[in-house]
Amino acid sequence: MRATLVQTGAELQYLLRIGDSSLILGQRLSEWCGHGPILEEDIALTNIALDLIGQARLLLSATGELEGRSRDEDQLAFTRPENEYRNVSLVELPNGDFARTMLRNFLFAAFQGPLWEALRTSAYEQLAAIAAKSAKETRYHLRHAADWTVRLGDGTEESKQRMQRALDYLWPYTSELFTPTAEDDAVVESGFGVAWSTLQPAWEAAVLPVLDLAGLKVPARTPFVSSGKSGRHSEHMGHLLSELQYLQRTYPGNAW
Amino acid sequence: MVTSTEAWEVLGRVADPEIPVISVTDLGIVREIIADEDGVEVIVTPTYAGCPATEVIRASIEDALRAAGATSVLISTRLFPPWTTEWIAPKARKRLREYGIAPPHALPLDEQPILFAPRRLPVECPRCRSDDTERLSQFGATACKAVYRCMTCREPFEYFKPL
Repeated sequence: MRATLVQTGAELQYLLRIGDSSLILGQRLSEWCGHGPILEEDIALTNIALDLIGQARLLLSATGELEGRSRDEDQLAFTRPENEYRNVSLVELPNGDFARTMLRNFLFAAFQGPLWEALRTSAYEQLAAIAAKSAKETRYHLRHAADWTVRLGDGTEESKQRMQRALDYLWPYTSELFTPTAEDDAVVESGFGVAWSTLQPAWEAAVLPVLDLAGLKVPARTPFVSSGKSGRHSEHMGHLLSELQYLQRTYPGNAW
Repeated sequence: MVTSTEAWEVLGRVADPEIPVISVTDLGIVREIIADEDGVEVIVTPTYAGCPATEVIRASIEDALRAAGATSVLISTRLFPPWTTEWIAPKARKRLREYGIAPPHALPLDEQPILFAPRRLPVECPRCRSDDTERLSQFGATACKAVYRCMTCREPFEYFKPL
């Protein structure tokens, strides 16, 4: 059975972008299960992964409902091809070391915080409810990752170097969070959502003081903008999906 | 037929699978029960969106109501308002402590600083009640708990985080 193409409705694309970003980061963090540097952090990373996958389940279910083609969360997660995924590229990048994983969690949680706050007033009641719920969990993710960002950035020579390397690697991918899109314009018009570009000041207000406290040097912005949210992903995405979707691709419709 | 009062009593005996000393009603996740001749509808608000105990809780609620004589059980989800630890029953907080889990503070989440552990309100050791404790990890065996250690009795313990 072939999955039908997602319709081009701005609301659906917008919901998928939020849900897919949570799902893909949740999948990445799950890779740490059994590999954390210490037991407590292994458990923390998998707990955060669970929260993110929980958000994704709610958001993809809401997308399926809105779409009205009786696709559920599982069909959306397991049967869409790569170019129908709308997550930002930042979340699909490989985990790298613990420093890069933590810093990405920090950069992303600092974005999700203002996003959830803004979506609390969405005209789509289900999205407003998911935002209110997720805001509380994201706060813990942010605090956890901010602690580590400072601890490692302001730590040993080695940890500082790794943190700076992580920042240099990840920073260019944060531009995509705030690039305007036609979908953003449409959802603002209908009261469904917020334009991500307007979240940049709140994000910077959360991110920059922590990077400063961590003693990290913020790289200059370059013209590079990644394009995951329009479905054009990095070379890492296909590998991630082949693992995420393996079972349903091999045994379509299988359940247990 | 099971009345709504009976259904509340039945669910008062359905234990949380992760923390068996408190029931699903103590936890505050059962928001409403509608009972009539056709059956019972239980409206549940999930704790954490990704809590793996959710499925078990739903199954336990259904099993308990069926065992009590309900012919049809419907469990629906209500996301809003989101669950908060303030919905945990006062008597359950005492049982949490006896079980070795420090109950959550009533501190509103928004007032906690983003960086580093909140030091304004100490987390009290559930065993020896000492205030001299330190946080070992922000996430414990489940997302809803953090791991602490008591510097007085030297025992580690879990803290139910305010949400």
